[in-house]
Amino acid sequence: MAKRIDVSGLSAYYGSHKAIDDISMTVEPRSVTAFIGPSGCGKSTFLRTLNRMHEVTPGGRVEGKVMLDDENLYGSSVDPVTVRRTVGMVFQRPNPFPTMSIFDNVAAGLRLNGSYKKNELAGVVERSLRGANLWDEVKDRLNKPGSGLSGGQQQRLCIARAIAVEPDVLLMDEPCSALDPISTLAIEDLISELKERFTIVIVTHNMQQAARVSDRTAFFNLAAVGQPGKLIEIDETDRIFSNPSVQATEDYISGRFG
Amino acid sequence: MASTTPADTPPAPPVPGPGSRSTGRLGDKVFLGLSKGSGILLLVIMASIAVFLSYRSVIALSDNEGNFLTTFEWNTAGDPPVFGIAVLLFGTVVSSIVAMVIAVPIAVGIALFISHYAPRRVAAPLAYVVDLLAAVPSIIYGIWGALVLVPYLEGLNSWLDEFFGWTYVFEKTEIGIPRSLFTVGILLAIMILPIVTSVSREVFLQVPRMNEEAALALGATRWEVIRLSVLPFGRSGIISASMLGLGRALGETMAVATVLSPNFLVSLHLLNPGGGTFAQNIAAKFGEANEFGRDALIASGLVLFVLTLLVNGAARLIIARRKEYSGANA
Repeated sequence: MAKRIDVSGLSAYYGSHKAIDDISMTVEPRSVTAFIGPSGCGKSTFLRTLNRMHEVTPGGRVEGKVMLDDENLYGSSVDPVTVRRTVGMVFQRPNPFPTMSIFDNVAAGLRLNGSYKKNELAGVVERSLRGANLWDEVKDRLNKPGSGLSGGQQQRLCIARAIAVEPDVLLMDEPCSALDPISTLAIEDLISELKERFTIVIVTHNMQQAARVSDRTAFFNLAAVGQPGKLIEIDETDRIFSNPSVQATEDYISGRFG
Repeated sequence: MASTTPADTPPAPPVPGPGSRSTGRLGDKVFLGLSKGSGILLLVIMASIAVFLSYRSVIALSDNEGNFLTTFEWNTAGDPPVFGIAVLLFGTVVSSIVAMVIAVPIAVGIALFISHYAPRRVAAPLAYVVDLLAAVPSIIYGIWGALVLVPYLEGLNSWLDEFFGWTYVFEKTEIGIPRSLFTVGILLAIMILPIVTSVSREVFLQVPRMNEEAALALGATRWEVIRLSVLPFGRSGIISASMLGLGRALGETMAVATVLSPNFLVSLHLLNPGGGTFAQNIAAKFGEANEFGRDALIASGLVLFVLTLLVNGAARLIIARRKEYSGANA
């Protein structure tokens, strides 16, 4: 079930360093929201606050509220482990479990949850691999290690692993930055299909990619190195790329800095 | 210090092929000569040890009236001499197995605690203390074992005998203070704990962050992260760490010689006093043996040498077979 994310007054810290300052935004369900901005502007940090991965970094801590429909992810009784089971994540570099077969990689999340029936497992794995457009390439070697696939295939395997547990939200942290253009295209096509079922948030350095895949785009910036990153504006992607309301956004997307 | 022993250094990366190093510069040539020379020297040393052991062994074995592998006796001064390694092989293997069974799980547990559970200000001192265990000389372990561990184990032995006597292994059929193979195994476990711990710890610390995050992002608890990412990545490291420890346990001499009350019997009742190991037997008898007796002891040393080689070879096979699945290409 895709869910709406509603962030209000969110700041994140590394120790005493404030990485992002007072961010509020709404992410619509069944849509793709892209985060763009120069390096160090905190867009990845912000993404990682949405599934409570920020706090696994030593010294990482968060202030503010992230509502997933009606539930505050930072509520005092919320277990971060449960949050991460409903908010999936795909990383910059493909990271399948190197010791596991392709099948076991996709099944890993289900096995963690423990909420599956043995005879359903194969079906879920096939559905997830089909969902990640990888089934035809790997159906004959499901028992081979996932680390034997190409980079683009590994990344789609990671997407299959993330969607196998039917998360509410799928976070993607520069999922194509380690991939060649063909693999990138395959992932972008996949994102367009996945948004029918999931709420997708994607961080990207590639503005063309943001323009191609996203419905809404958020631009982050920082005043100077060492200053916390801020959300400058969020709007329909078409508007951000044609007629943004803030001058800094226009400077960035037209390549005047960053 | 364990951290300064050569065993702790990671294996050197493979040298690039000959074609890539022929630049003809002086520094390259000198270094090539040095490294090639060191490599050859190592092989020469290994070969000369093997030749020496084999040569002296053949002298002793040709006069042996008993079967070298199956005789339960060590009488090299008799006429004709009768000696065999059955008891020594049994004692060495059994005490080392006991040591491994006790030490490896504990060492992996300590290593996981230091690398993934303990707060940093606890982890560093704890790692240091574990390393310090390796700095204790083995004769000190022997004395401590004989004076402290042996009396202390009497209670444990009667408890094991009472509740687990039905397993045969823990049935105590002889009265006597527990200077047994089981006690030796416990002592060896303590002695190999630091090396197994520190090598495992180093491997666990090298688990790539993205492997752990892969598990975390799926909603894994700390234990599940360890099960999904850390242990699979560290598996071959744990095996090499265990084999390093096993190598030490197999060859340990002074501590065993101090604790064990040796005899030439094979018994699976591990709590019964008695038994012997290769190294302990050589240490106990070498001083007063005649020329022939020494050759016989050298023959037993050759078997220990081969045993250690086999153990290391097996470890390498296990690691190589897992290579496709190892984290090295992640």
